[in-house]
Amino acid sequence: MTSSIGTATSRVDGRAKVTGRAKYAGEFNVPGLAYGAVVMSTITKGRIARIDTTQALKVEGVIDILTHDNRPPMASDDKDYSDDVAPEGGSPFRPLYDDRIRFNRQPIALVLAEDWETARFAATLVQVHYEVEGFATDLHAELERARAVDKPVKPRGDASKALARAALRLSADYLIPAEYHNPMEPFAATVIWDGDGKLTIHDKTQGVQNVQRYVCGIFHLKPDDVRVTSPFVGGAFGSGLRPQYEVVLATLGALKLKRPVRVVLTREEMYGLSYRPMTLERLALGASAEGALDAVMHEAIAMTSRNEDFSRNDTAWAELLYKSSNARYVHKLAALDVVTPADMRAPGAATGVYALECAMDELAVALKLDPLELRLRCYSERDQGSGQPYSSKQLRECYRQGAEAFGWAKRNAAPRSMRDGSELVGWGMATGVWEALQMPFATRILLTANGHVEVSCAATDIGTGTYTVMAQVAADMLGAPVDSITVKLGDSSLPQAQVEGGSWTAASVAHAIANAADDLRKELLALAQTMPNSPLQGLKLDDVVLADGAIAAKGDTRRSIGLADVMRQAGVERIEKERGSDFKEDDKHAHNTHSAVLAEVKVDEELGVIRVTRVVNAVAAGRIINTKTATSQIMGGVVWGIGMALHEEALVDHAFGRVMNANIAEYHVPVNADIHEVKVIFVEEPDSVINPLGIKGVGEIGIVGVAAAVANAVYHATGTRVRDLPITLDKLARPTGSGDLELGQSRAAKQ
Amino acid sequence: MGSSIGAAGSRSESQAKPAAISITLTVNGESRTLSVAPWTTLLDLLRDRLDLTGTKKGCDHGQCGACTVLLDGRRVTSCLTLAVMKDGAEIVTIEGLANGDADALHPLQKAFIEHDAFQCGYCTPGQICSAAGLIAEGRAKTADDIRELMSGNICRCGAYPNIVAAIQEAMDAMGGRR
Repeated sequence: MTSSIGTATSRVDGRAKVTGRAKYAGEFNVPGLAYGAVVMSTITKGRIARIDTTQALKVEGVIDILTHDNRPPMASDDKDYSDDVAPEGGSPFRPLYDDRIRFNRQPIALVLAEDWETARFAATLVQVHYEVEGFATDLHAELERARAVDKPVKPRGDASKALARAALRLSADYLIPAEYHNPMEPFAATVIWDGDGKLTIHDKTQGVQNVQRYVCGIFHLKPDDVRVTSPFVGGAFGSGLRPQYEVVLATLGALKLKRPVRVVLTREEMYGLSYRPMTLERLALGASAEGALDAVMHEAIAMTSRNEDFSRNDTAWAELLYKSSNARYVHKLAALDVVTPADMRAPGAATGVYALECAMDELAVALKLDPLELRLRCYSERDQGSGQPYSSKQLRECYRQGAEAFGWAKRNAAPRSMRDGSELVGWGMATGVWEALQMPFATRILLTANGHVEVSCAATDIGTGTYTVMAQVAADMLGAPVDSITVKLGDSSLPQAQVEGGSWTAASVAHAIANAADDLRKELLALAQTMPNSPLQGLKLDDVVLADGAIAAKGDTRRSIGLADVMRQAGVERIEKERGSDFKEDDKHAHNTHSAVLAEVKVDEELGVIRVTRVVNAVAAGRIINTKTATSQIMGGVVWGIGMALHEEALVDHAFGRVMNANIAEYHVPVNADIHEVKVIFVEEPDSVINPLGIKGVGEIGIVGVAAAVANAVYHATGTRVRDLPITLDKLARPTGSGDLELGQSRAAKQ
Repeated sequence: MGSSIGAAGSRSESQAKPAAISITLTVNGESRTLSVAPWTTLLDLLRDRLDLTGTKKGCDHGQCGACTVLLDGRRVTSCLTLAVMKDGAEIVTIEGLANGDADALHPLQKAFIEHDAFQCGYCTPGQICSAAGLIAEGRAKTADDIRELMSGNICRCGAYPNIVAAIQEAMDAMGGRR
């Protein structure tokens, strides 16, 4: 029987998605449904003096309006509002809790009506009187007040001294603006009040059990009384890791009305949720004339909210990529009057590696070295901090195969030296790196005597392909065709799962399935050996396999019994096995995925219009379970990286503390016409150390390094270095060293 | 500390809901007579009244294309279409694209699965309906034409190259030009 793992299997949920049958959180139409519309604060900080709902309540069809004054009871402790992904020690935002306004577009009332249009109209009639207070939303004005946060990666050597004596010093500041996830599906929750205090909640989330615990905490409900489902999620990219306020509002509505309530956020309201924080990245590199790094200094200053410290690893990625004896990493946070930032695709790495890989490009230019050659000279076989080797690291092969596919050898090093008609052509490259994480997950396999297999887990599929890879792994472990397997996901009543994030789901569910399949095989063998004249007599668990609907001796398929026969003989209708992923702790290796990204841009010389005409992303990420869906993951990451480089930016009017482009037309995301050739290469990377199946995960690695490769290509095309993203045509036209952010200059100094 | 009034400010207009109007639409081949408020969009009518949730709401502003349906054979954003203005129109949604046969797939639906032209699936019905409209228009000759003429449909998962490949294959299968 041929293996399904490693093939280009089409998505098992594809048919549901192309026919419109896949149901998302806001699409469960139930009798008696009430519709909620949110009223948002129009100020940034202060308190609600009074909310006047008189006019709104007069609208025919309005049922009720919930505010902090009249909502059902909610918990009063911070711990009850925490969740699996909440920053430690913070005070999570509590929707509709009190009269305090903490950020612009904060939800302050929920209008409940018999239909959506009425709710929305009535919401415009709610009058809110505020007491306004002064606020701060501008990171640039708060840089001096930023505080350093504790991070695990400690300094090595004396980076300042090493930098001072380096033959060549490069220092530069880079800026990534606040970016919004903008999944296509708005956040939505349909909460069904089942009577007796029981709730069924259909919520848009990356973690149904996380939402279940959160709702139980806030409303002091028992886990048995709250079921959360999220069978299909219309994109999330990190925005659904923490529970969002729609589920609190819809639950408040359902508890108050004792009937089903749906709350679907508008696109504008999604700009009051979460985002990638604006981050200033300050790099200083010291190198020898031959291109050996002596010193790496990376300081990040990012925004967070006043109530929670959100930060990820922005600064220490050089530790995993490049040899250097001296390093110092500092991460600072400036607290602003904003909602707490959140994880967004490759949090920390998308931003920190962008800065590092642009600085490496600038260093290569200063050293007159090919940027790829500089990476190879600095290549590290060990994690610089721990001194540990990698469980696997085929990054050299990524560089080699990526460069070959791209045609990198034909690059002319001088900026503005390559042309295509009226367009300047630029070729840039960068390295990508992410963590290969794995988490405790559990799965259940149910085998019925008719040969049908059901595999279930409370995990979610946010478009990543979880349904499909679970079916493939189960198919291989049970020797059954993929289409005989049903996968159930996104239901809090199913076996335990962590949130879908960090690229850890594929490895985690795959090993939980493999373990449950082992238990299943064990039981089937025991049953088969009780049969009279069993051909499997005397065989041990490792001597038998499941294949083609039978249990058989390894290497001798003549000694085999059909599973239906085994179960019939034993009088068993169904066998059910549940197991965890049971990963062994490995503290002797670093676990990472890597990539080499090469990009071509064409820039109109007169207008400055930039097009990314080609991208090659060569990825080393262990064993690839599904080459089709994994390629899509990397391709999507490349599109995100292009958006980050050229398009995406939340524009805030700091006089009002409000995002001005809070929609999906003025907040630019890449459209079809922005994306041209994208080639994805998976480099062979066997890894028997990280886990038995050698799986690493591919959700994040695809974006890492892409913005840097594009930015470096723009420099190569134009000779102009833009360090504050996004690279828009006006920035190409501004005089060197100008720019309101004063990021126009880097300093390269030789001893 | 100052004082400020937010939200709508004062309003003098009546708070009565607008009166409903009777219209007849042909939806996926079936004639439906409905009493509809004038402020109801075709999108909300499909999703909330007819339980045709295959048509998606992504922005409600005509910016994302997730709500694209075929109206008298042309692709339109149903969120910017008031239902009462389309009395007598013929609507085809993703649920009816394969001629109402629940088990059959339209060539575009097949090609989207084969080319993995989606990930989360939320923009997909709009992409497919938009592509059906595009093919009917006969304007797209090259991959660049498809990219340009499909740019009203945002895919945040970034499946664009696969969407272009799927549309090219379906165009060939349907005897269309590219």
